[in-house]
Amino acid sequence: MAKFVVPFALFLLLGVFLFIGLQRDPSYVPSPLIGKPAPQFSLPSLQDAAYPVSSQELLGQPWVLNVWGTWCGGCRQEHDTLLAIARQKTVPIVGLNWKDDNALAQQWLRDLGNPYAVVAEDREGRTAIDWGVYGAPETFLIGADGVVLFKHIAPMTMEVWNKEFLPRIEASRAATGSQS
Amino acid sequence: MIPTVLRASLVAVLLVLAGTAHAIDAEDAFDDPVLQERYENINRELRCLVCQNQTIADSNATLAQDLRREVRDMIAAGQTDAQIREFMIERYGDFVLYRPRMTAGNFLLWAAPVLLLLIGAVVLVRVVRRRAQESDLDADGPEAGQS
Repeated sequence: MAKFVVPFALFLLLGVFLFIGLQRDPSYVPSPLIGKPAPQFSLPSLQDAAYPVSSQELLGQPWVLNVWGTWCGGCRQEHDTLLAIARQKTVPIVGLNWKDDNALAQQWLRDLGNPYAVVAEDREGRTAIDWGVYGAPETFLIGADGVVLFKHIAPMTMEVWNKEFLPRIEASRAATGSQS
Repeated sequence: MIPTVLRASLVAVLLVLAGTAHAIDAEDAFDDPVLQERYENINRELRCLVCQNQTIADSNATLAQDLRREVRDMIAAGQTDAQIREFMIERYGDFVLYRPRMTAGNFLLWAAPVLLLLIGAVVLVRVVRRRAQESDLDADGPEAGQS
């Protein structure tokens, strides 16, 4: 009897591990940036190339960086959610327009509405590499102290916003004592 | 006659295709063959994050092109292979490496084959000894020779 208990227990344990493995998304790559200072950038604004968008200007408040492109289907999918989030006026949403056509991107914002406080144009994709971006849409949360707090890799939903972003924004505000 | 012609043209087509299969990069990144070899070797070690089972040398995804450009620029700027790998790990994590490093987190995975072999050896030795003892007892027992 006892002869079979040990192999059977090991078999069950293996089964549990394999079952957990089934629930995980193999295309999800955890970001090594979480808990580290956000990579800095200074890029031309999408709407006016003469006006640079610098990550330094955003220090002192929590903010969101949303990586998007007109070629990206998931970005279209999340656009209404971003507009709804922008209407809450909780934190500024900064857009990173990734390897896109300037005219198409501007047209997209005119047609669908503009949820962004400002949009930086990353035509070459170098800033995206600095941020470890591999598949749009990706949305980062950066704390008031300039540290990356969270990264969401998929179209943004209200559920993710309420569950993952809002509590971290509150915590970041509480930690630095900045007002909303 | 015709099959021979067909076969010859098929071979020709395949040869042409075989040439393009390696030509993800339209042309060499470096004139210097040493730098070009380093460039190709590093590209073969880095994972394309969007097409996860390909290296950036094998993939023509936009991200792979961008990462190859990054590798090329860093080699041209005189960075070492280790610095380039570190650059990629800082941004994309260990997963970007096709040959994973041993870390505290995955040590058990690396050690597992050796550990399993040791466990197997211990079990084997114990079983063999027990059986040897049992057969010794049988041999020394009062009924020896009767069974």
